Amino acid sequence: MSPSDPARRDRPWVFRTYSGHSSARASNELYRQNLSKGQTGLSVAFDLPTQTGVDSDHPLARGEVGKVGVPICHVDDMQALFSGIPLDRMNTSMTINATAAWLLALYVAVAERTGADPHALEGTTQNDIIKEYLSRGTYIFPPGPSMRLISDMIAYSVDVMPRWNPINICSYHLQEAGATPEQEIAYAMANALAVLDTVRARSDVPEDAIPRVVGRISFFVNAGIRFVEETCKVRAMTGLWDELTRDRYGVGDAKLRRFRYGVQVNSLGLTEAQPENNLIRIVLEALGVTLSKDARCRALQLPAWNEALGLPRPWDQQWSLRIQQILAYETDLLEYEDLFVGSRVVEARTRELADAAREELARVLAMGGAVAAVENAYMKRQLVASHTERIRAIESGEQKVIGVNAFTESEPSPLLAGSQSVLVVDESAERAQIESLRAFRSRRNAADVTAALRGLDEALASGANVMPPSIRAAHAGVTTGEWSDVLRKRFGEYRAPTGIAVRGETRGPEAVSVRERVHRISDQLGRPLKLLVGKPGLDGHSNGAEQIAVAARDVGMEVVYEGIRLTPAQIAHSARDEGVHVVGLSILSGSHGVLVLDVLEQLRASGCADVPVVVGGIIPEDDARKLRSAGVRRVYTPKDFDLTRIMGEIVDVVAEARAVAA
Amino acid sequence: MPEALNLADDRRPERRAQARALLDRLERESPFPGAPRVGITGAPGSGKSTLLDALVRRLRAKGETVAIVAVDPSSRTTGGALLGDRIRVRSAASDPGVFVRSMAARERLGGISDAARAGVAILAPVFDHVFVETVGVGQSESEVTSIVDTLVFVASPGAGDVLQFIKAGLIELPDVFAVNKADLGEVAAQTAHELAGALDLGAREPGAWRPPVLLVSARDGTGVDALLEAIRAHGAQQIASSRLRARRRAGLEDAVLAQLSLRYGSHGLAQLGGAEGVRTRLRRSDGTTSIALVEAIGAEIESALRRTR
Repeated sequence: MSPSDPARRDRPWVFRTYSGHSSARASNELYRQNLSKGQTGLSVAFDLPTQTGVDSDHPLARGEVGKVGVPICHVDDMQALFSGIPLDRMNTSMTINATAAWLLALYVAVAERTGADPHALEGTTQNDIIKEYLSRGTYIFPPGPSMRLISDMIAYSVDVMPRWNPINICSYHLQEAGATPEQEIAYAMANALAVLDTVRARSDVPEDAIPRVVGRISFFVNAGIRFVEETCKVRAMTGLWDELTRDRYGVGDAKLRRFRYGVQVNSLGLTEAQPENNLIRIVLEALGVTLSKDARCRALQLPAWNEALGLPRPWDQQWSLRIQQILAYETDLLEYEDLFVGSRVVEARTRELADAAREELARVLAMGGAVAAVENAYMKRQLVASHTERIRAIESGEQKVIGVNAFTESEPSPLLAGSQSVLVVDESAERAQIESLRAFRSRRNAADVTAALRGLDEALASGANVMPPSIRAAHAGVTTGEWSDVLRKRFGEYRAPTGIAVRGETRGPEAVSVRERVHRISDQLGRPLKLLVGKPGLDGHSNGAEQIAVAARDVGMEVVYEGIRLTPAQIAHSARDEGVHVVGLSILSGSHGVLVLDVLEQLRASGCADVPVVVGGIIPEDDARKLRSAGVRRVYTPKDFDLTRIMGEIVDVVAEARAVAA
Repeated sequence: MPEALNLADDRRPERRAQARALLDRLERESPFPGAPRVGITGAPGSGKSTLLDALVRRLRAKGETVAIVAVDPSSRTTGGALLGDRIRVRSAASDPGVFVRSMAARERLGGISDAARAGVAILAPVFDHVFVETVGVGQSESEVTSIVDTLVFVASPGAGDVLQFIKAGLIELPDVFAVNKADLGEVAAQTAHELAGALDLGAREPGAWRPPVLLVSARDGTGVDALLEAIRAHGAQQIASSRLRARRRAGLEDAVLAQLSLRYGSHGLAQLGGAEGVRTRLRRSDGTTSIALVEAIGAEIESALRRTR
């Protein structure tokens, strides 16, 4: 028999595009367009206020509404988001974590409103809090209560929504935070075991339902450019998951032990320089998770080629969707059995990765598991150390990035002509959303809302499952902020360790010369150069800020870094009380316009008008120009990969501001 | 206040003179006993920052103001330091009743005491409570104990740091032991038991303070009030028994000795009979500030050095 059989083509994975912006209505329009072009599932991006449990009119939401995703404040927003899309025939993935129980409750409420049977609902809530502590930063509550929420959702959905994946264990963000393949596998597995152990310990579900729970655990994996190794990685994960679920939870049915995963290929590796090259990267990365039939992804979302420049336009997203369609429908990939069975090379690398991951997993389990290894910062420190090493390799040219540190010469790109090469969110979207939220609040029944919130609080206190009262609250017209506030009062808020206390690195001759300049300017200033690294706003992607902090320490600066989600006023007060010479801000959510200006204003109000400010983030050149004219001394974007050079410029900035030589 | 702290940190000669004058005045004019000065120390991961946050919240709820001096280690090779990572006092920056200043230990310049001591002197007249938070790595406990009235050691259960601490002979330094993460149950009780056992072995003069071993949990709030009460009780007992004055004086002498040794080295100190000789000399001269003492004894050493030449 021929190994290829066109008649027995495998079914393709689900095609998605991670999207959402401005408002429920605008996002709905985009979803319907995408579906009409052959996309087979949806992947909802929520804005940061929704992800961190504040309403669009909350002071912390300023500048963030509709920026990185869609704002969803209440059941009407959710219904508008899916208008004209029958929920019982859709496969919806929601990137939502701290407030996942609430957004799922809204989704169920919309299904009930529109007559769709919850049993038929198919999709995924990301709902992985551990990687939020380690990398993504949109957590709210401490680990204990957060794990309880996850457990509640699993217990609820295993019977009521049997086709829903209540949690998507994310290795994706671990890779972004610096994980090596071994760490990515080990920590994702540790995370999954922590979830399953919690479910089992809380006896939310009867013991005999545990295999079904195991069968509903899915994963969300990153696919990087080393696509051969990535193929081995997903094969290793497939084997390891099969082994762990059999041995630890006694799952007999092989189908329930199947490693099911969705993928977003690596966005962090996409470059701002020569951005057209990103399309090629995306194609190769897609191969890493589709080539091996035995370990093929269930759903795939591809970023757009111009993501490092700003928000992609519909055409950019279409281009990425076409990659998937060509791969699945045009090539012969889906006609073959697994390509790697019997490959000595692939098998050996797979075994190597699995063995190393097993060892690291054992280390984490010996510490008390993933939650303990978050609280004692072990995993975070390992990730920051790996990330520091990766950045060092790129800086030194050891790891080549075409167009960035190798082959940087380029013809002008016709794709970048004109300022309209990215999507600009209409500034009026925030105002419109706030107005519609206020109108919604005034038309709901206040007594229903109060009763629903009381019911929710009682469930929290008694330990009853949080889903049924949340669904009732959704119907009653409770808002995202109100739901989250009830939980905040009961659970408290959490701040995860930053993990930056890693041992110093020597960074080569350039770093040594910058360090000498730091020491020289410190003598002139009378005390060591002191830098405040701040992350204003709701964006929790702290990896960049952490790398800046570590690099600054390594060239001899004293660095104050207080973690994520600070208000501009808090940053300004810290700058004053700590007596810093310069402030560095990091913002990846695209809200730099409002937030940076607020920080400058607050610095002036705190008597620190003379403290210079530099900013890093995904900042289009037009915006960068505006920031510079508002007083920002330097603006850095993803193309500025050379941290040592940035450190040298920070010395320049302080020297200019203090009129001293360095 | 931030400006005063910047000044105290400044190494340029003209600013050093101004800083010395400021500190001299503060030492002379600050009322005794003034704000309680409390050190919080413990191994990385013991949860001392979170515990400190819980203490600060309680004090703020009572309307009392708090200043925190947080000391982090510096890199010996680069001189750089990462600060503030441990500070989880969320409300700090937007609440004028809480002041946080992080400092690098700058090992090459003689440890934490100089900068932290100046920080305490500047902040104590202004706030109701002053906390000094340091990472416990052996050396820092003995240094911080000389600038605070009460030293709290935060232990994490079952992490092995307690055993190391006992082995390193540091057990006699803290005045209060807080075994954190009491919510872990048995393992926390076991650690408290080990500490209490080790404390019983040490000889103690009659009527002396017996360091309590408290089970606390920054996570669920267990024992936070008891810890505040133990800190208060230790302070009150020290005042009542006149030990506080002696402790502050001893701390001052440590600082003078450290500065003299930095300035003149062991050869210089040897002119007055080494460290012990300088201490004896210090004990005879009461009533002056540390700066005056450094100047006076420094002059004696210099003249002795000239004679031997």
